[in-house]
Formats: sequence, C-alpha cells, structure tokens
Amino acid sequence: MLGEGILKGLGETARNFAGSFVSAERLTTVQYPEERIAPIEATRDFPFLVYDGTDWEAGMRCVACQICEKECPPKCIYIVKSTDKKPDALGKPQIYPARFDIDISVCMSCQICVEVCPFEAIKMDTEFELSTADRFGGLLYDKKELSKSNEHFHKIHPTEAAEVDARLAEEKVKADAKAKAAATAAAAKAAAAPVAAKPASPPASSVVPAPEGEKKG
Amino acid sequence: MIEKVDQIFVILGHWLVSFLPSTLQPAAMVLLGVIAIIATFPALFALTVLLERKGLGRMQNRYGPNRVGPYGLFQPIADGLKSLTKEDIVPLSADAVVHFLAPVLLVVVVFMGYAVLPIGRNMTLVNMDAGLLFFFAIGASSELSVFMAGWSSRNKYSLLGAMRAVAQMISYEVPLLMSSVAVVMMTGSLSLGKIVDAQNQYTHGLPHWYIFTPWGFAGFILFAIAATAETNRSPFDLPEGESELVAGYFTEYSGFKFALFFLGEYVGMMGISGLGTTLFLGGYSAPFEVLGFVPSWIWFFSKIMLSMCVFIWVRGTLPRLRQDQLMNFAWKFVLPLTLLNVMVAGLWRFMGDGWLRWAVCSAILLLAYVTMARLGMRKEHFGPRSYRYAE
Repeated sequence: MLGEGILKGLGETARNFAGSFVSAERLTTVQYPEERIAPIEATRDFPFLVYDGTDWEAGMRCVACQICEKECPPKCIYIVKSTDKKPDALGKPQIYPARFDIDISVCMSCQICVEVCPFEAIKMDTEFELSTADRFGGLLYDKKELSKSNEHFHKIHPTEAAEVDARLAEEKVKADAKAKAAATAAAAKAAAAPVAAKPASPPASSVVPAPEGEKKG
Repeated sequence: MIEKVDQIFVILGHWLVSFLPSTLQPAAMVLLGVIAIIATFPALFALTVLLERKGLGRMQNRYGPNRVGPYGLFQPIADGLKSLTKEDIVPLSADAVVHFLAPVLLVVVVFMGYAVLPIGRNMTLVNMDAGLLFFFAIGASSELSVFMAGWSSRNKYSLLGAMRAVAQMISYEVPLLMSSVAVVMMTGSLSLGKIVDAQNQYTHGLPHWYIFTPWGFAGFILFAIAATAETNRSPFDLPEGESELVAGYFTEYSGFKFALFFLGEYVGMMGISGLGTTLFLGGYSAPFEVLGFVPSWIWFFSKIMLSMCVFIWVRGTLPRLRQDQLMNFAWKFVLPLTLLNVMVAGLWRFMGDGWLRWAVCSAILLLAYVTMARLGMRKEHFGPRSYRYAE
C-alpha cells in the first residue's frame, strides 16, 4: 500500500525523537571537552621518539639510520646525521641524530616509520590536542619535543611496549652471548698468540681487539 | 475583555496611527502592518531553524546545537552574526547585478505573499477579493528569483540546481492550484477572509474546517505534498541536493546573501503553511468552540508552527527522491488525484446533507488512491538484460 512505508518511517523518527529524551543508551554523544572517554589501545596519531632511562639525549634509541625518512610517504621527517659518535643507552658509541624534525601538519599517521624502524626507536603517540596558534613553526616538532620516555610508551600502548621490551631484551641477551663468545675467542686467541709471536708484537696490540669485538657483537 | 485581547494589535495600530493627520492614516496603517510582518516572521524563522536543528538532532539520536546560551537557545543569533560578518563573494564571471538582485527578489516576493493572509480576526494587511490568486501569482515569481540566482552565478551546479528547481516548481504548481480550486468551489470566493469565515462555524462544538470532509482531507494531503515540493523542501529538495549539486542554485552565494536565501526559503515555507492553514485548517479559528476565547492570532501562529514541525519531521524521515521519481509522482499520481478531487468536491456540493455523500465521496477517493498506488507501484519486469556488443 502506498504511504505505508512513509507512516512507518515517521513512526520510527518519532520514536527516536521521544526516546532520545528518556533513554540514555539512545543518546550516545560524548560532549567532548567536558566529558571524555579513554582511548582504545590501538589509538595512534603522530610518531614520537622513544628513549630509555631518564635523560632523553643520552637514552635516545634512534641512531639516525634515516630509513624512516626515506620511507615516509608524505616526506614529513627530516634527519641530519651527527658527525661524531656518542654512547647510547647501552654505552656503545653510536651515530645519533643531530636533527630530527617531524612536521606533524604533513604527517598522515600511516605508521610506516614505526614499521620500518629496526631499532624500535619511533612509535605512535596518542596525544591529539595539538592545536597551536602558530601554523608554521608550531607544528614542526624537533627531537626534544618528539622525545618521550619508554614509560610513556608503556602507559599508552602497554601490550605493544611489553612486546618491544621483550624483543629488545632477547636481542640484548643474544648480543651479550655473542659478545661473550667473541670475547672468549679473542681471549683464547690472545692467550695462544703470545706463544707463537710474543717477540714480534707488543702486548698492547693483542689486548685492543678484545673490547672492540665485544662492541661489534 | 476577550474581544480586546483578540484585537489588541488592531487597537494598538489604530492608536498609533491616530497621532497622524487623517490623510496619512490609511498609508501609515499599511506601513505598520508591513513592519509587523517583517519583524514577526524572521523571528519565527530563527525559532524554526533552532527547532529544526534540535529536532533533527533528536531524531538522529544526538543533541543538536547546545553550546550557545542555555540549551543552545542563542544559536540563531550566533548564526545571524556569522553570516553578517562573512565575506560576500561575487564570482568574477558572474552577472553581478542579477546575482545581487536574485536574493533580494526572493525575499521581497516571499514577504509579499503575507499581504493577503488573514493572520487573525481583522488582521489582514490587504483584504483582496482575489487574495488566493494574488498569493499564487506572487508565489510563482519566486521561481524567477531561483532561476536568476542559478543563471547569473555562471556555475554549472548553480545552473543545474536552478533548472531542477524550475522544472519541479512548475510541475508542482499545477497540483497546488488544483487542490485549492476545490476550496474555491465550495466557498464561492477567492477571498481568503471569506474562506476562513466559511470554516469558522461550529456544530456540536466542532468546527467546519474543510479538512474534516473527504475532499478536504484529500485536498489537504495533496496540497501539503505540492507545497513541500514548491518550497524545495525534503524529500523534494533536489535543487539543493548537497550530494550532487553542492548547494544547488545558491552555491555561489556567501555571507548575507546566502542568509537571505535561507530566510526566503523558510519564510516561504511559513507563507505556504499559512495558506494551507487558511484553506483547509480554518485559518485563525479555534479547533473547538469552547476554546474560542483564545485570541485568533495565537491559533494562526500555532497552526503555522505545527505545520513547520511536520515539515521538519518529514525532513528527518524521508530520503531525497530521484528526478524521474519526482516528475512521475507529480504528473502521474498527484495531478490526476487533484483533478478527481475537484470533481468529488462538485459532487459533495450537490449531493445535499446526509451520510450518503460522505460514503460516496470517501469511496471514490479511496478507490482512486488505491488504484493509482497499485498502478504506480507495479513492478515492471524487464527480463534478463541482453547486450549487443559486449559479452
């Protein structure tokens, strides 16, 4: 019958209209600035740089390999490699980013930088209230603004952070084992060497390779 | 006392005018009426826009505007200020003069319609003998302004919107007129005042409104459909279909000119609601004889606001029609039924009192409705699709 569907539809909207005044589950609006709901764990918006420990400069995981810069589709990352080496969180001398800028007005939150990073140094943040009055410089974040602690990462993405920590610990164990093996091998070599060529080389040269091998491992 | 309250605006007008020399009094009285209309209806427009935004929100299970003032009540003021302070952009290749004139013409034309509407007892600005004709003549010129806007903008969306608007408005003008013809036949007058007087009678405390007769009821429904289409209102809002035409004929308007189009649309809706009220819902008369003590203008405005609420309700419910559906509906369904309704009105007039004319007239209209609906909704089977060159 013509018009039946229209009447049914009018009934439906009338029910919605009346229902939104009486039933709270119909009205699902969260009135944002006053009311907030906790973000889900998979929330992500812009990347940040993870550092271990308490000092952001000393603990920075990033080694300025520039993979993220090259992979970034909108090219919002700008990295300048350092010319010198500084010890990282583990005490190894590493190249570090002299500059690490992300223009978050360009960033499209694709997370590709996170996926390609071999050092677990860049992760996605959940901070979204980033509006600023300065539309050019205000959204261009340097490495100081981008650096956030591993604890922060644990707070925003607990599952992912735990996985990352487990992986890093595993790698560290492996690296330590390798270093140890290399050290023992070097030590054995050093122990064997003096017998063969003690008069040819000074003892200092046989001592030097051992710590280097430890570092490389 | 009741009489005084009912006539308060008329008395006030006469008192204000009495300070002037008698030669100027008629002109001053008309001017006062014009000012009253131009002040009242935009205020109602603001109220309607707020109602619409809040109402539609509730129908979609959200709050609607609730930030400006308590419960968002000052939202219309904020909207008005915003549109006043916005930049007024005229496209470089637009016909600047016509581009400027279109919204002005729309608003002027839309307000002129109120000249003949009886807003309350003795409260008609110009009591014309052919008031209905005047209203339709004026109403038809709003098409001109729509086309002016679309053509002068030099924008394909504007032009397409204007073409759609003109096609639609001309198509629905016919059923709009034909459904009012039945009322004119019963009353024997084109004067809106006389049409209201004819309905302003009561038997057993119930009014003689035309909507309470078979032909009046059918006429009212058809009038409402045609009026919705005539004012480019959802579900007939193809001329401004956002999904395909940006904003239709006023795509290229910004700032206050846009606000004028918006105002024109809503004031036009109120005007046509006022006409529908006058023709079928007894104008300013009370729905029950016992409520006769309430001032007549209150009834008129409540009936207008009620029909605006129905407009909003329909907008919240129905999706937009397709252009071919729109045209088919106008020419194959609404128009034949209005023609039949004119005939039924004639039959009603000459069958005399009694239950027989109720039965006969209702049966004819109901039968016609069912048959037309069946025919219109018949599924056409085209069979399996065959291709000539593909495959």
